[in-house]
Amino acid sequence: MNQHEHTGGESASADSSRRSFLKQSSALAALVLTPPTAMAAADQGLDEKMAAAFEQMPLQVNVNGTAHRLSIEPRVTLLDLLREQLHLTGTKKGCDHGQCGACTVHVDGARVNACLTLAMTTEGSTVTTIEGLADGGPTGALHPMQAAFIKHDGFQCGYCTPGQIMSAVACIREGHANSPDEVREYMSGNICRCGAYANIVDAIMDVKKGGAKV
Amino acid sequence: MMKDLTNPPIDRIDGRMKVTGGAQYFADFDLPNTAYCVIVGSEIARGSIASLDTKKALGAPGVLGVFTHQNMPPIPGWDAPVGGEADGPAPKPKTEETYRILSSPKILFDGQPIAIVVADTFERATYAASLVKATYTKQPTRTDLHKHVSDGVAPKGAEGGNYLRGKADAYQTAPVTLEANYTIPVEVHNPMELHGILAHWTAANTLMIYAKTQGVNATQQAMAQAFKLDPKNIHVHTEFMGGGFGMGLRTWPQETAVVAIARKINRPLKLVVSRSQMFTLVGHRPYTVQTINMGADRDGKLIGIAHAATAETASYEDFTEATVNMTKFMYACPNVSTRYRLVRLDRSVPIWMRGPGEATGAFALESAMDEMAHKLNLDPIEFRLRNYTETDPEHNRPYSSKHLKEAYQRGAEAIGWKNRKNEPGSVREGDWLIGYGMSTGTFNAFRWEASARILLKADGSLTIQSAVTDIGPGTGTALTMIAHNVLGVPVDRIKVEYGDTSLPKAPTQGGSAIVSAVGSAVYDACTAIKTELAGLALRAGGPLAGQQADELTLADGVLSVEKEPKKKVAVSDLMQANNLTVLDKTKDSKGGPELGKYSMYSFSVHFVQVRVNPQTGVVRVTKAVSVADSGRIVSPKTAASQMIGGVAGGIGMALTEEAIIDHRFGRFVNNNLADYHVAVHADVPAIETIMIDKPDPIINPMGAKGMGEIALIGFAGAVANAVFNATGQRVRDLPITPDKVMQKLA
Repeated sequence: MNQHEHTGGESASADSSRRSFLKQSSALAALVLTPPTAMAAADQGLDEKMAAAFEQMPLQVNVNGTAHRLSIEPRVTLLDLLREQLHLTGTKKGCDHGQCGACTVHVDGARVNACLTLAMTTEGSTVTTIEGLADGGPTGALHPMQAAFIKHDGFQCGYCTPGQIMSAVACIREGHANSPDEVREYMSGNICRCGAYANIVDAIMDVKKGGAKV
Repeated sequence: MMKDLTNPPIDRIDGRMKVTGGAQYFADFDLPNTAYCVIVGSEIARGSIASLDTKKALGAPGVLGVFTHQNMPPIPGWDAPVGGEADGPAPKPKTEETYRILSSPKILFDGQPIAIVVADTFERATYAASLVKATYTKQPTRTDLHKHVSDGVAPKGAEGGNYLRGKADAYQTAPVTLEANYTIPVEVHNPMELHGILAHWTAANTLMIYAKTQGVNATQQAMAQAFKLDPKNIHVHTEFMGGGFGMGLRTWPQETAVVAIARKINRPLKLVVSRSQMFTLVGHRPYTVQTINMGADRDGKLIGIAHAATAETASYEDFTEATVNMTKFMYACPNVSTRYRLVRLDRSVPIWMRGPGEATGAFALESAMDEMAHKLNLDPIEFRLRNYTETDPEHNRPYSSKHLKEAYQRGAEAIGWKNRKNEPGSVREGDWLIGYGMSTGTFNAFRWEASARILLKADGSLTIQSAVTDIGPGTGTALTMIAHNVLGVPVDRIKVEYGDTSLPKAPTQGGSAIVSAVGSAVYDACTAIKTELAGLALRAGGPLAGQQADELTLADGVLSVEKEPKKKVAVSDLMQANNLTVLDKTKDSKGGPELGKYSMYSFSVHFVQVRVNPQTGVVRVTKAVSVADSGRIVSPKTAASQMIGGVAGGIGMALTEEAIIDHRFGRFVNNNLADYHVAVHADVPAIETIMIDKPDPIINPMGAKGMGEIALIGFAGAVANAVFNATGQRVRDLPITPDKVMQKLA
């Protein structure tokens, strides 16, 4: 397993509020600033900028088989972490509000909306994205669900597709793919504006009936 | 005409990229040192900014700048940047108002950008944007079309004003008459991919843009005008676009602003708008009210139709579409008048949305046809057949091809139309009332100018190049099929490069016109290569010397004499013998003057079965059959997907989609995907698609007409007609929500 380390600011204790933290002289010593200077800076609104340097939190998470040791702002969503920091852009942003399913990934095997998941909550977890679904990587063998989406043309523009596929795999694993109607119900959190629904249902039922391990 | 077209249903050529996450959409590109920006929108719909406090935002961590009307970098070509439509960046008709993003404190619509906050991360830009505070001087707000219909103005241009054939009031004298009003609410394209742009000034006057556009050449042109640059210095890339449905048919003001700010901060700058901003910053299908007056004789022959439509537009720009056009040519009716008006409201400007105005108009016309058939006690298909026309009554010229009768017949068989009772409300299964409905759709079949380059290598591989963007219909797959058919190269040896301004120029993807336009250019370039190969083989000393060019066939990399297959030469051997490593042809293609002798349209017929629950008013579409008469089908698999996509969009249009404005504030109340209901999996049944698949002999060498629009046009009418058949109640205001059904049934 690979180890990736991303450098960021030093981590601060989680219970330090921004301003009270800043005004502690012991912490400020690290910035080579005298307390009066820091107080003046705070008055000018510069405390926000200084505080930013301390607002990183450590995170250890396994993504697609790679263990990451990261330092991130606690407000970063799993979606933005994947896309903007880990450059795993297969997971898409469609609404950022958990309403469309384009960002669906697996966290410890369960499908979640990455946009509604603060990255910090995945501490110690295993995250699988569309890039990590197939064992063979980007040029190797496809996962049966990926192959079925191609066979049944379960997409058009392709933007919702990673989320549909991650959701579809989970749908079968959960035991919610016993009929087309059940699939429609349990896939309704994944919107496809191109309207490939009928083909997506066919693809999922094909994989389910084929009995391949998903 | 392509005589030997074969069209096995091949898989989408970019399927692997799309299922593995490898397809890169604009926001997926990773440029070092990229900054992020977030748009702050106005909280009023009409008035002006009284004060704007950006100090806190400027002091927030990571903020690189806050841009407002007070400090926006100059855009030298401000008079031009609204261009970029499908037919080129023409200046918009002038209205009393102008809208120039971040150029003045004036507010013309809710959500209008008042600040763009730039920071080093998306989170920091988002937080800082929340710190921008504005106060406003409000003015009275006009956003309700119903209250201002009488303010309608006739827009300039082809879609403005009035049309008359015969007598305008002839319908009044008919034995059977109908008057009905129909309403289409604001619908929003809402492609799954959020709008935005990634702009990078790679040198002082050199620009790289990753865009969400349906036309890279149009974006290039718009930016060249805005920044007074040579288009050659602007590189636009959109290989993948996460759906457009029309919202990418122009360059939007915020794209221009991002490019200007990127230049100012001297860093690559990325904008990804929020889902709520998709409702205000990138257009919508305009709210439209329509009145149809129709008169027929007792034998079911139409005597007159009058169709009036009034649509909203912005105060600062007139947006027009072909809402009333179908009424002019669809039926053999001697007296037809149409009238189209715009009302300028305090709203952001609309833009064509799939099927555009034709879908709006078809809902009214095809609902009215159903209403009239009922009055005449005729089957709705029979009523249409009694008014069928083989020539275009608007222009008095033949259709290039029309197989609509066959479409009616095959669709009726597939849906089980014989099970439909002409008496509404007469079929019940358990708690549900069952009904059947149908509707016709039609849209212009275009032949635009396009160019394409073909490279055939001696190793047998072929590359197609064109700047055209594939927004989802399967353009690349269709182009592959065309090249395969002309040159016999196996599809797995064909590569398509597209969506980039470095490639041969192509029109914006829209108007169901791309297979016709770019496909023809591919056909012509492939044909030029075929001709050259034949020349090499046939010339004195060549391997097929003495044969005739028209006796040759080309398949699987072998050129042979059709009737004497033993006389053959491998293309690779032929090229090597002539010291050729590659044959390289670029062709511009456009239709000839003969096209003007014909009316060219694609046609569709939609059939649905619905269930209506009289206790709850819930309508479910339980079966759908869509039939396309769109010429030769070049790529059957992706074509079928376009048709099922039209059904899903049509179900949303018919039953759920409505962007609701609170007119006290001029603001949407449901500007998100939880409250604006597009069709989801549970709303869409299995769908049968039928392709008539008969080549149009006029339009282009493939005989292919477009199908993206006709897949949607008419569908909502079919649902409304089925609801009537199920319940005996007519809902004329979309969407057909349970409350409307219950009100009618009460």
